[in-house]
Amino acid sequence: MTKDKQERPETAAPAIQLKNISKSFGPVQANKNISLTVNSGTIHGIVGENGAGKSTLMSILYGFYKADSGDIYIRNAKTSIPDSQAAISAGIGMVFQHFKLVENFTVLENVILGAEDGALLKDSLSKARRQLQELSTEYELDVDPDAIIENLSVGLQQRVEILKALYRRANILILDEPTGVLTPAEADHLFRILKNLRDQGKTVILITHKLREIMDATDTVSVMRSGEMTATIKTNQTSPEKLAELMVGRKVLLNVSKSVAKAGDIALEVKDLKVTDEKGVLRVKGITFNVREGEILGIAGVAGNGQSELLEALGGFRKSQGLVSVYGHSLDLESPSGQEIRDQSIAHVPEDRQRLGLIMDFTAWENIGFGYQHEPEYSNSWGLMNNRKMRKDASNKMEKFDVRPSNIKLKVRNFSGGNQQKLVLAREIERNPDILLIGQPTRGVDIGAIEFIHNEIIKMRDEGKAIILVSVELDEILSLTDRVSVMFDGNLVGDRITRETNARELGLLMGGETD
Amino acid sequence: MIDFDTLLQVLDSSVRLSIPLLLACLAGLFSERAGIFDIGLEGKMLASAFAAGAAAFVTGSALIGMLAGIFASIILSAVHGVASITFKGNQLISGVAINFLASGLTALIGQNWFRQGGQTPPLSGSARFNEITLPLAELLRDVPIFGKIYYELISGHTLLVYIAFLIVPLTWWILFRTRFGLRLRAVGENPAAVDTSGISVVRQRYAAILICGILCGLAGAYLSTGIGAGFGKEMTAGKGFIALAALIFAKWKPVPALWACLLFGFLEAIGIRFQNIEIPGVGTIPLQLMQALPYILTVIILAGFVGKAIPPKAGGEPYNKE
Amino acid sequence: MKKLPTWIDILLIPLINLAIALFLSALVVLYIGEDPMDALSIMIKGAIGSSYGWGYTLYYATNFIFTGLAVSVAFHAKMFNIGGEGQAALGGLGVALVCLMFPWPHWILALPVAIIGGAVFGAAWAAIPAYLQAKRGSHIVITTIMFNFMASALLVYLLVNVLKAPGSMAPETGRFIEGARLPTGHDMLGWFGIKFSKSPPVNISFLISLLFCFFIWFLIWRTKLGYEIRAFGHSESAAKYAGISPIKIIMVSMLISGALAGLMGINSVMGESERLVIDSVQGAGFIGIAVALMGRSHPFGVLLAAILFGILYQGGAELALWTNIPRELIVVIQALVILLTGALDNMIRMPIERLYFKMVRAGT
Repeated sequence: MTKDKQERPETAAPAIQLKNISKSFGPVQANKNISLTVNSGTIHGIVGENGAGKSTLMSILYGFYKADSGDIYIRNAKTSIPDSQAAISAGIGMVFQHFKLVENFTVLENVILGAEDGALLKDSLSKARRQLQELSTEYELDVDPDAIIENLSVGLQQRVEILKALYRRANILILDEPTGVLTPAEADHLFRILKNLRDQGKTVILITHKLREIMDATDTVSVMRSGEMTATIKTNQTSPEKLAELMVGRKVLLNVSKSVAKAGDIALEVKDLKVTDEKGVLRVKGITFNVREGEILGIAGVAGNGQSELLEALGGFRKSQGLVSVYGHSLDLESPSGQEIRDQSIAHVPEDRQRLGLIMDFTAWENIGFGYQHEPEYSNSWGLMNNRKMRKDASNKMEKFDVRPSNIKLKVRNFSGGNQQKLVLAREIERNPDILLIGQPTRGVDIGAIEFIHNEIIKMRDEGKAIILVSVELDEILSLTDRVSVMFDGNLVGDRITRETNARELGLLMGGETD
Repeated sequence: MIDFDTLLQVLDSSVRLSIPLLLACLAGLFSERAGIFDIGLEGKMLASAFAAGAAAFVTGSALIGMLAGIFASIILSAVHGVASITFKGNQLISGVAINFLASGLTALIGQNWFRQGGQTPPLSGSARFNEITLPLAELLRDVPIFGKIYYELISGHTLLVYIAFLIVPLTWWILFRTRFGLRLRAVGENPAAVDTSGISVVRQRYAAILICGILCGLAGAYLSTGIGAGFGKEMTAGKGFIALAALIFAKWKPVPALWACLLFGFLEAIGIRFQNIEIPGVGTIPLQLMQALPYILTVIILAGFVGKAIPPKAGGEPYNKE
Repeated sequence: MKKLPTWIDILLIPLINLAIALFLSALVVLYIGEDPMDALSIMIKGAIGSSYGWGYTLYYATNFIFTGLAVSVAFHAKMFNIGGEGQAALGGLGVALVCLMFPWPHWILALPVAIIGGAVFGAAWAAIPAYLQAKRGSHIVITTIMFNFMASALLVYLLVNVLKAPGSMAPETGRFIEGARLPTGHDMLGWFGIKFSKSPPVNISFLISLLFCFFIWFLIWRTKLGYEIRAFGHSESAAKYAGISPIKIIMVSMLISGALAGLMGINSVMGESERLVIDSVQGAGFIGIAVALMGRSHPFGVLLAAILFGILYQGGAELALWTNIPRELIVVIQALVILLTGALDNMIRMPIERLYFKMVRAGT
């Protein structure tokens, strides 16, 4: 790593100034009165937890969203950015987390798309070929211009995105979580490229949650927390510990009274589990752990580090390799099924209740039996549904979990997010499973309901159930779990007894500062 | 066995029969490459055949007929565009509706205008596209083999036939050599990539649909004023769907589309020329099997048993900016 | 999240769609030089003004109920089965084979077997497209279109070469024997001493189709399979979460869909023509799409929409008889209904939503 950061002089005109930017989506305020100055010729990091508002802010800068209020200044000139075209002509380039490439096009075709000179491609293509040649020698951005995108590795595809921006003469390059899909070697290479770009006078904004990357690669860092910009500091004047603290903040710890766990036998055992996603990227890289009866194991980590895939694999939704055994019975990981999971008395509260956990256009009572439609109480051996029983159960469970409104005939779509979550929990917890898999139990749930949900989970633990809780909320992990494993980049990087650790330590682990 | 003259005749009629397929197939290619599925090719062709036949009869000009046909086809294309691009409706259902709309309206208006059971009166002279004898064809017709091929097969078609063949390389050139083609293909594969490059997805898709309308218009005009002499009720008789099959068969590529359409035209020509085909040792191949062959081949291709046919990725989905 | 009340969604919007379709059709009638109101009254009188009219209306409606249910069941699993035409043609073949193969002593014995024959043949014709969709991801819309054309070629071949009645010129089978002919509306009402026109082809299949409306309603809303089909149709990912096999649902729903389309044969082949003729389906497979869209895929809605289209078909025939308006007017109406309810739904829905919420806000 080059250590020339300290010597770099302050450049005169700031590349970007944001003044009092606010943006709401319905009742949720994603950005609150944000002001930010990014100096040109620097690498400026933006860190924050999930939902802190980083991506929204950058989308405003790239013309994808329009801010409710506030101004944008590019090189001291007030600039309005109503669409991507305006952002491009203001010299802003963006590398999205999910690439915006045409997969069956060549590299060259992707580079010139939308930035062609003239109606015929010939000249544009040869011009782009020349420029790509220059760019590749200048910035270590080698990539075969005639390769088809879908044949390239993710790292090379990302390089094409950077080339696209540079070809459009971007002076300001925004990268959103660029290393999420890269191998460590690829990531190192990326940072070399970014430093080259900076040294040539370009400005780079790096959005990430990985503290090591911030410390290694950036000149300045801004921290965001729940929609607000909490600090902007010179990187060499801070430390991972300080950043973790700023990121996590000192939130009011919710009070959950619980006794010390009385852990019993091993209920679920996972050995060398690997999960590959639809794109062929290895998301869970061979992890091993177990959960005992009567304890809550927390899986902490910033979103996108493989926890979702882990939970979905355990829930029978995704294929995986390795071994998962429930009280000694190995699950079929090659052709998994939600059915088999439930037969093993495992309940699964998915992270994404709207996409997986519920049928949004079904009524509340129809959703109460969802996943359990084959149970004898809901359907007989002739395949006839016992709708009356389902409705009765729905009434009871919704009352018990205080789902509002208590109308069982209302479509789930018309409930608030918190009440949708309570419906899923009511369904899964009331089945009285031996093992509970639960992802983001309180995402989008109001304070009052959070406490109720937490107490229900504790109650299950005290009844001797084994619980795996995946959450990106550190508070939740700290107040609820007995043991915690931090997941980073597809691996479990630290195991702690919850009462013996603290937010700062976990925050460091979540940022990849392994011990 | 088949002699040389018969073979030439069959090939000659294959060419004629493949032209409407080819034009409609290329029409579908422009639309589907831009991400708009179009099962309404049949309807657009039918509407155009009627409009061309009617206008040619009234004005006595095949050219005006052709323009009328193109106009009618574009109107239906616009309906498809409004439904599937502007209002983000179901492209397949819209296509089905357009087929019925064309089928109903042509019969209805045809009967009202001409009172001949939905047909237009027969066309002749300048109201049709007449056959063009290429230079030297008469001179060379007696030269064995090549002269004959030139005279029978290559010369003696209508203007639209030659235009259709020229549109194939033109389509290839537009798609793969121009900015318009690059953007059109991109919008059918990943509209988000186009959108983030600052180009309008909606405009690009409407442009594709417009071209689709023009080409379907040509296909229809050829049916009633080129190969045929007037419009007959339901005269497309499923050709729009064979064109669709050819498009899939050709994996959405222009030059293979030409071969696919010639193949399907050839099958049709054989079916017309020989009612049942005797193949020694195998037995008789019934006419109906020949007719069904394009569809069977397409299903086999779709099933991916012989090289998978992968449609443009964003096909059928309205683009929602998130 | 606000939503329109159910009555607007399932009643008002379809009616507005129908009204617009009729209005546009009226313009066409006007253009042709006829009076739209006269045309409407001729259609209605011709379709439901006499037992003769009713007899035809309900005959057509029976066909549309079967094909409409077929499209609906597939819609519930989010499959667009456009192959009702071919499946119904094959179903007709199955029915005809049953009727021709055995010396049936009485229709009571023949009908249940014919039902099985029609259903099995229809389902078989849907099976390959269904399998290719489930296992290989081949787009069901395209494959079912292709199978429509194959069905038509197959039936022509069989009628010309195999099944043609000896000594006959027309490509059709011989007439079914007495024991394989179904009682007509005239016969059935006669049992109760009620007079009904003798000529229209409405027959006992109409009652069977009502029965199937009920069966399908029961299947979709009262059985586990129906529950799983609907869940899959609403969200494939959630269905997978719940342990529902996508392959099973695609196969089963398409087989049921094909079987329902095939059942049309008992009405058109066994009930009406009493022999298998070329093109016994007459586009009813496609009308099923309009019927299902308009009936919002609910069997009761399908029943109402099928009767409506029955009225249009019978009325349209009357119209062609008494005026200069050709039968094809109904094809135009049908096209407009499909376009408005299926593809341009947002065009109608969005202004209504805006208007409704404005009124709600003004009211509170």
